[in-house]
Amino acid sequence: MKKGDSIAFFVLIFLIILLPVLSGSTYTLTVGIFSGINALVAIGLCILMGYAGQVSLGQAGFYGIGAYVSSVLSLHIGLPIVISTIFAMIVAAIAAVILSVPALRLKGHYLAVATLGFGEIIYIILNEWGPGGPSGFGDIPHFSLLGYTVDSTTGYFYLIWGLVAAVMFFSINLIHSRTGRALRAIHESELACNAMGLNVVALKIKVFILSAVYASLAGSLYAHYVTFISPSSFSLFYSILVLMMVIVGGITNLWGAIIGAVVITVLPELLRRFEELDVLVYGLILTLSLMFFKKGLVPILIEKIKKLRGFAVAKH
Amino acid sequence: MLTVFLQFLFSGLTVGAVYALVGIGFNITYNATSIINLAQGEFVVIGGLMMWFFSESLKLPFLVSVAFTIVTAGIVGLFMERLTIKPLKNPDLLLMIMITIAVSIVLRGLLMLSFGKNPYVYPSFTEGEPVSIYGAIIQQQTLWVIGITGFCIIVLFFFFKKTITGKAMLACAVNPTAAQLVGINVSKMVMVSFVLSAIVGAIGGIAITPISLMEYDKGPMLAVKGFCAAIMGGLGSNRGAVLGGFLIGILESMTAGYIHSGLKDAVALIILLLILFFKPAGIFVSKTMLQLRKF
Amino acid sequence: MLSIKEISKSFGGLTALRQISFDVKKGDIKALIGPNGAGKTTLLNIVSGIYQPDNGEVIFLGEKIVHLAPTKIARKGISRTFQHVELFGNMTVIENIMVGRHAKTKSGFFSSGFKLPFVMKEEREIQRKSEEILEYINLGHRKDEYASNLPIGEQRILEIGRALATEPRLVLLDEPAAGLNMRETRNLGEIIKKIREELKITIVLVEHDMDLVMRISDSVTVLNFGEVIADGTPLEVQKNPEVIVAYLGDEEDIPRGYNAHT
Ligand SMILES: Nc1ncnc2c1ncn2[C@@H]1O[C@H](COP(=O)(O)OP(=O)(O)OP(=O)(O)O)[C@@H](O)[C@H]1O
Ligand SMILES: [Mg+2]
Repeated sequence: MKKGDSIAFFVLIFLIILLPVLSGSTYTLTVGIFSGINALVAIGLCILMGYAGQVSLGQAGFYGIGAYVSSVLSLHIGLPIVISTIFAMIVAAIAAVILSVPALRLKGHYLAVATLGFGEIIYIILNEWGPGGPSGFGDIPHFSLLGYTVDSTTGYFYLIWGLVAAVMFFSINLIHSRTGRALRAIHESELACNAMGLNVVALKIKVFILSAVYASLAGSLYAHYVTFISPSSFSLFYSILVLMMVIVGGITNLWGAIIGAVVITVLPELLRRFEELDVLVYGLILTLSLMFFKKGLVPILIEKIKKLRGFAVAKH
Repeated sequence: MLTVFLQFLFSGLTVGAVYALVGIGFNITYNATSIINLAQGEFVVIGGLMMWFFSESLKLPFLVSVAFTIVTAGIVGLFMERLTIKPLKNPDLLLMIMITIAVSIVLRGLLMLSFGKNPYVYPSFTEGEPVSIYGAIIQQQTLWVIGITGFCIIVLFFFFKKTITGKAMLACAVNPTAAQLVGINVSKMVMVSFVLSAIVGAIGGIAITPISLMEYDKGPMLAVKGFCAAIMGGLGSNRGAVLGGFLIGILESMTAGYIHSGLKDAVALIILLLILFFKPAGIFVSKTMLQLRKF
Repeated sequence: MLSIKEISKSFGGLTALRQISFDVKKGDIKALIGPNGAGKTTLLNIVSGIYQPDNGEVIFLGEKIVHLAPTKIARKGISRTFQHVELFGNMTVIENIMVGRHAKTKSGFFSSGFKLPFVMKEEREIQRKSEEILEYINLGHRKDEYASNLPIGEQRILEIGRALATEPRLVLLDEPAAGLNMRETRNLGEIIKKIREELKITIVLVEHDMDLVMRISDSVTVLNFGEVIADGTPLEVQKNPEVIVAYLGDEEDIPRGYNAHT
């Protein structure tokens, strides 16, 4: 891990531990929990899009698979939640392979529309064949591990942000490894990657699987936290929301995914008063950040810090 | 038996006509800019809802309402291009995709704000007895939809073949640098293409709303299906888009009728994925064309 | 080492290569020259698997390779550079070389994510080896700069370095001197010779710069309109009347490093 990453990582852990202590308010923690769930999906999309350069407008599909598969398995078959969550990840991974094998020949717009189509198909399947149809179902068991059931808000906060930290640790290591370099190289020039003997197809499939597994994990956590789910949480709008998180935070930086997830999750809470405005506000934020803050919050912040530091050094 | 089949066929042709128009809208911008404008579906919604506003809410005469609606849509297309597409210097593809998505969300937000979440409808263009063929009923509006689509296709055909602006737009598509060199104002052509595609979409919306109602969030699905129609015949080919649009419309209405109405959207999506995966250049396209295209 | 056997390739109606055959001997610097549009790049693309020929065979170390994917061919030991530089522009110079080490190393998604000890060891090894290569091509001082910020001359050299990182047996260079000034071209020539002599790597050099070609190559094949019109030592080729008519006769008209596509 590089120095900047290590510092950021410690700050993250520090905040995770401290927040429930400082602010015991259930409301704050609940918003925090949803931010964490979204962050998991956003980290996956960030690796997929920002690093490997593959567009996806279908992350809601994998998120939905995670939620539904794990809920159904734990509720109806009585599997332990950890097992059902892992099982859901496997299903999501298989779906990712089925989607990516043909889709990864496509680029740009074609890939965007293909993934969008995939997400919508999952959405239709959930509506038609999911338990409860469009109105969804409840009584999903709470998360439990080794006989200990998580049912307090604080418990969920630690569980989910603990997983965010773990996923972040894994992802940062990955990005700074041989594999991460290869992913970035694919983004730059597939032609050159092929000439260097990189197995471009395999790498793309694997990174798709990774993003699907993250989204599935998030979906399962969501379901076992809210204990009631319906297809509307897994529509195209969610895919676009995740896209926004990644872009607002800064698509070229993994930390941007977390910051973006928090911002985009907290924002509607702040905008509660203007209920009807939310779609418009989302759209404007996305448009404006694409036009004027193309790089996103975190990369801009890093530049600022570097400049300040350069200034300080120059002064001495 | 036959009656039911024909009934499904006619309703398929009706929605298919709108998909064809959306597909043509995609082609117009794609040909001039190689951008796929994912806000294309919103133009249709704007057409339907604004038409309702002018004709039902303001009670303006029919033709005036149509004219105002088309102008409104054109202005939206114009603003979209001038405010979001033009200012981007050398954008990469990813940015382009996302910016059109972003605009589509803004439009959807505006539509929701102005019209709420309810579906809207207004009466057919003409009142009168439906036509009956072998017992299957064809509403007069259905004939309007198909007629208007046909009319649009013919007008566009002459526009691109006969008018200077139309030919210049095609030239930009083939080679923007060369077009610039012979004195074509490429930037203006890009603008025209957005306005034109918005108008084509809006016309579809105006025509279809009396039959299938219109609500603020119909855009994405319309866009997906229109895109599907457009790539069926190979992006850029209007003839292909029309064929594709009708094909999807018919398959969709057959599925809804014979299998299950909840699956009608799935049909178009599955066709879309199959085409993208196996024949991304389109199913009516020759092999040499295929080699020249990039995906 | 490499045999091209009756390779033909056409694009639509245009025949880019017609029944091309020649051999590249182990340890040679083989120059491939010819006017613009002669089909040189197309031939390199066929050897490296980017295009499939309509007819013919490419035999590398006794094995037919035409049907193989570019990745596979690269892993068999053929590396290359591109006429239009294909560096990873938003990655640093050293990272470009490190990607070149990819095929020779193996840590995967899981082992990297969990940072297993062998991964760390391998990463240090990649780093060390890449720095070594950078020193070898005299780009050590540019290590942490973004590749896209280098001047074109250094970009071309970096591309060669990245090709070397794959530990190839054969390197295909597509106009490495295009856009270089005289001093840079001389330096490039030295590096190419050094690679052949010290690393024992066979080289196929596509180049318009005749001085460079005549100075460093052991054998020259001349293409014109998709056909081989001469094949021999630099001296033989220079004297070949057909070549003089088709190509060298116009030498005065061809500026150094001229290239119609740039
Ligand atoms: N992908 C392609 N599609 C169509 N035609 C092509 C393609 N690649 C090359 N050609 C054509 O094949 C012919 C040979 O091109 P090639 O690039 O191999 O020439 P070259 O010898 O490398 O020329 P230069 O010295 O200009 O690089 C040219 O006429 C070119 O236009
Ligand atoms: Mg060439």
